[in-house]
Amino acid sequence: MEYITPLLPAYPELFLLGMACVILLADLFVSDGNRVATYALAQLALAGAAAITYVTSSAEPAYTFSGMFVDDLMSDVLKLLAYLGVMAMLVYSRAYLAARGLFRGEFFVLALFATLGMMVMISANHLLTLYLGLELLALSLYSMVALQRDSALATEAAMKYFVLGALASGMLLYGMSMLYGATGTLEITRLAEAIVNLGGADVVLVFALVFVVAGLGFKLGAVPFHMWVPDVYHGAPTAVTIFIGSAPKLAAFAFIMRLLAQGLGAEHLVQEWQQMLIVMAVASLAIGNITAIAQTNLKRMLAYSTIGHMGFLLLGILSGDLTGYGAGMFYVVVYVFMNLGAFGMILLLSRSGFEAEELEDFKGLNARSPWYAFLMLLLMFSMAGVPPTVGFYAKLMVLQAVINAGFIWLAVVAVLFALIGAFYYLRLVKLMYFDAPADTAPIAPRADVRWLMSANGLAMLVFGILPGPLMTLCIVSIQASL
Amino acid sequence: MLLGLPLLSLAIWVPIAFGVAVLATGSDRNARAARLLALAGAVLGFAVTLPLYTRFDTLAGGFQFTEFAPWIQSFNVNYHLGMDGVSLLLILLNSFTTVLVVIAGWEVIRTRVAQYMASFLFLSGFMNGVFSALDALLFYVFFEATLIPMFIVIGVWGGPNRIYAALKFFLYTLAGSVLLLVALIYLYNVSDGSFSLLDYYRLPLSLTVQILVFFAFFLSFAVKVPMWPVHTWLPDAHVEAPTGGSVVLAAIMLKLGAYGFIRLSLPIVPDASHALAGFVIALSLVAVVYIGLVALVQADMKKLIAYSSISHMGFVTLGIFIFNKHGMEGAVIQMISHGFVSGALFLCVGVLYDRAHSRMIADYGGVVNTMPVFAALFMLFAMANAGLPGTSGFVGEFMVILGAVKASFWYAAAAATTLVFGAAYTLWMYKRVIFGAIANPGVAALPELSAREFLVLGLLAAPVLVMGVWPNPFAEVLQASVNDLLNHVTQSKLP
Repeated sequence: MEYITPLLPAYPELFLLGMACVILLADLFVSDGNRVATYALAQLALAGAAAITYVTSSAEPAYTFSGMFVDDLMSDVLKLLAYLGVMAMLVYSRAYLAARGLFRGEFFVLALFATLGMMVMISANHLLTLYLGLELLALSLYSMVALQRDSALATEAAMKYFVLGALASGMLLYGMSMLYGATGTLEITRLAEAIVNLGGADVVLVFALVFVVAGLGFKLGAVPFHMWVPDVYHGAPTAVTIFIGSAPKLAAFAFIMRLLAQGLGAEHLVQEWQQMLIVMAVASLAIGNITAIAQTNLKRMLAYSTIGHMGFLLLGILSGDLTGYGAGMFYVVVYVFMNLGAFGMILLLSRSGFEAEELEDFKGLNARSPWYAFLMLLLMFSMAGVPPTVGFYAKLMVLQAVINAGFIWLAVVAVLFALIGAFYYLRLVKLMYFDAPADTAPIAPRADVRWLMSANGLAMLVFGILPGPLMTLCIVSIQASL
Repeated sequence: MLLGLPLLSLAIWVPIAFGVAVLATGSDRNARAARLLALAGAVLGFAVTLPLYTRFDTLAGGFQFTEFAPWIQSFNVNYHLGMDGVSLLLILLNSFTTVLVVIAGWEVIRTRVAQYMASFLFLSGFMNGVFSALDALLFYVFFEATLIPMFIVIGVWGGPNRIYAALKFFLYTLAGSVLLLVALIYLYNVSDGSFSLLDYYRLPLSLTVQILVFFAFFLSFAVKVPMWPVHTWLPDAHVEAPTGGSVVLAAIMLKLGAYGFIRLSLPIVPDASHALAGFVIALSLVAVVYIGLVALVQADMKKLIAYSSISHMGFVTLGIFIFNKHGMEGAVIQMISHGFVSGALFLCVGVLYDRAHSRMIADYGGVVNTMPVFAALFMLFAMANAGLPGTSGFVGEFMVILGAVKASFWYAAAAATTLVFGAAYTLWMYKRVIFGAIANPGVAALPELSAREFLVLGLLAAPVLVMGVWPNPFAEVLQASVNDLLNHVTQSKLP
C-alpha cells in the first residue's frame, strides 16, 4: 500500500473545497431563472463528497498533514450522515428560499463551506485544525442567519449569534493555549499521551478544561451558555434554522469526542470534566424542557427542546466510557434526523408570505392532511422518546450508559425531565389531531419534498422497530476511533 | 404449534397489519371499506388466538408457544415471546373485545372512521404483545406503545373535556412508567447485560435493591391498575372517551397493571413483595371500600362504572398480594370477568348515550318501558357487577375472599363489604335508570336495541353466564401457572 497518496484521507474535503469554489464562480454566470443549476451542482458536490468519503474510508485511522488530520471510521460515518443531513436540508428549504427571494448562489456556497467546516472538525487531530473547522462552520452560519437582510429579527439573531459565538471561540482558544502551555503540544493524540505522562491533576490543566468546556457549552447551546439558541432559532429564516439545528450537531459531537474523549480522556481528567458536564446536563434538561412549555412559537419551542436534547447528549458523554460515547453518537444522529423532520415540516407548511412557525399553525393538520399529521406525530413522539419510535432507544442507550457509570440518580432526573418534555410534544399532537383547522390552504409540496418527508418521518418508526444496526454502527465506529 | 405457525406473533401482528391496511383506506369516503377491513382484521386476530387455547397444555408449567429471535444485538434484546395461563386468558379477552369494539363503533363513529378502527387494531396488537413478551424491553416497548392509540382515541372522538382527559391519561401513565424503565435498565446492568425476564427470575438481589425496584415497578403498575390514590386519571379518561375507548380501557388496559404485578413484580422481587404486601393490601382495601362508597354518589353513569372498576381492580390486587392459590386464581378470574362485565356496562351506557346524548342518571327513568330487551341484558350485567352467584362476577370475588380469609379474617371482612356496596351502587343506578315511570319525553321516544347492538351485548352475555355457571374452562388453564408463580414468590432471592 505504499502508493497511497499522502493526502488521500483529506480527499473529500479537498473535493468539496474545489466544488464550492467552482460553484461560487459558476453562479455568477447563471441567470436568476436558472438558479436551479446552482442548487443541482451543490447537491452533486455533496453526493460526490459522499462517494469519495465512502471509497477512501478505511477501518484503521489514517493520518495526514503531519498528524493534524485524521480519517477514521467515526469520521467517515459522521461525515456521511452530515452530507445526508445537508442534502435533505437543501431539498426541504428549496421552495421556502425561492418564495422569499433567498434562492441565491450565496446560500449554497455558504452551506457548502459550512459543510466543509464540519468535515474539518470531524477529522481534526490537532487543536488548531479543530479551531479552523469550527470557525469556518461558524462564520458561514453567521452570514447565513443574516442572509435575509431586510428582516430585523434575522439581523438581530445574527448579531447575537456572532457576538456570543466569538466570545465562545475566544474562551476555547484561551483554553487551548493553556493546554499547550501544560503539555507542549497541540496534536490531540500526543496531548493525550502528554497528559498521562504528567500524572496527577495539574492546576493549569483543570483551568484549561474549564475554558474548553465552557466553549463547548456555547457551541452546543447547553445551559448556562444557551442564551443565543432560542433567539437564533427563532430569528433566522427557517431554512437556516433547519441547517443550524441539524448537521452541525454531528460536528459538535465529533468536537467533543476529539477534545474530551480522545485528548483529555485520561482517567483523572475525566472525573474533572464529568463534574462540569453533570451540572450542564442537568441544568440543560431542566431549563430546556421547562421553558419549552411556555413557548407559543414552534421554532422557539424546538430551540428549547434542543437545549434539553443537548442535556441528554451530555449525559451520554459524561459516562466517559465506550457505551456512553456510543450512546451519545446514537443520540446525536437520531436527534439530527428528528430535527430535520420537524423543521422540514415547518418548511413544508410555509408558503409565500406565511411562515407556519406558530404552534397554532398546526391546528387541525390531521383534517387537512392526515399523512403529514401522522409523520409529524411520529417525529414528536420520537422527540418525546415514546416507543416504538427511535427516540426511545436514543434515550434508552443514554440511560443505560448513565446507570452503568453508577449515576442512577442522574437517570431518574433525566427521565423526570423527559416526562416534562413529553408534555409540549404532546401539545403539538393535540393541536394537530384534536383541534379544528384554522387554515385551509391546500398543502401541495413538490414531489421530492413529499418523498423525503415521508422517508424522514417513517424512519422514526422503522429505526424504532429495528434500531439494532444503527446502534451497532455507532458503537463500532466509536470503538475504532478511540 | 399449529402447522408450525408462530401463533403469538400472529396474535400481535395480524391486528397491526390490518390496522395499517385500514389506515391506508384514507378518508371517510371509504368508510365502509375501512369498517369491513377492520372487522376482518379483528375477527382474524381473534381466530388466530383460538388455537392458543385449544392447544394449550394445562398440565405443563412454564411458558408455552415460545418464540425467540435476536432483535437488538448490541443490547442483547430479543424478540422473546411465550405465554402461560394468565397470558392466555388475557390475550383471548383482548382479541375478543377488539371484535366487539369494532362492531360497536360501526355506525356510531362517522368521522375519521379509518383512524378510529386502526387505533383499536393497533391497541389490540400492542396489548397482545405486552401479554406475551418475555423480554423486559419488549414488554416495556409494547406497554408504552399502547398509550399512543388510546391518547388519540380519547382526544379525537371523546366528549367535551376530552383534551384534558387525554393529556391527563397520557402523562399520568407515562409518569408512572418512566421509573419502570430505570429499574429495568438497572436490572440489565446487574444481570450482566440481559433483558430476559427468565434471567431476572433467577437473579439474586438484596432486600434494599428489591424494595427500590419494587417501588419503581409499583408506581408504573399501580397507575395502570389504577390503585387508590393514583386512580384519578381513570374517571376522567372513562367519562370523556368514546364508548369503544372506555370498553378497551376498562376491559384490557387496566389489566396491564395487574399483569405487570404478576409477570414482573412478584417473581423478580419476591422478598420485597412479601415485605410490602401489607402496604399493597391496605391500598387495595381502601380502593374496595372507599371507592365503592365514592361510586355510590355518582350522578354520571360512566363515572359510576369507572369507580366501580377501580373498586373491582382493588380485588384483583388484593388477590395477588395475599399469595395463596385461591387469591391468585381468583384475581385472574376477576380480571377476566371484569373485562366482560365492565366492557358490557360501558356498552350499555353507550347504547343509551347514542340515543339520548346524556350519561346522567337523572335524565333517565322507566327505560324498561321502551327498551325491554335492553333492560334485560343490562340487568344481567348489573347483577354480574354486583357479584350475584351464577354470574362471572361472583366467581372471582368469592375466590379472592376465600383466599383472604386464609390470610387474615379482617382482610376478608373488609373485602366482603363490596358485596353490599357493589350491589348498592349498581342496582341503585339500575333502578333509577331502568325502572319507574317514564321520566321524560326523551325516554318515551327511545327505540329498542338494533340488531347490531343486540349482537354485541349478546356476545358478552354468553361468557358472563358461562363463567358464572361453569368456570372450570377458565380456571383449569390457570392451575399450573399459578403454582409456578407461587413457587417463585415463596423462594427467597436474597443473596
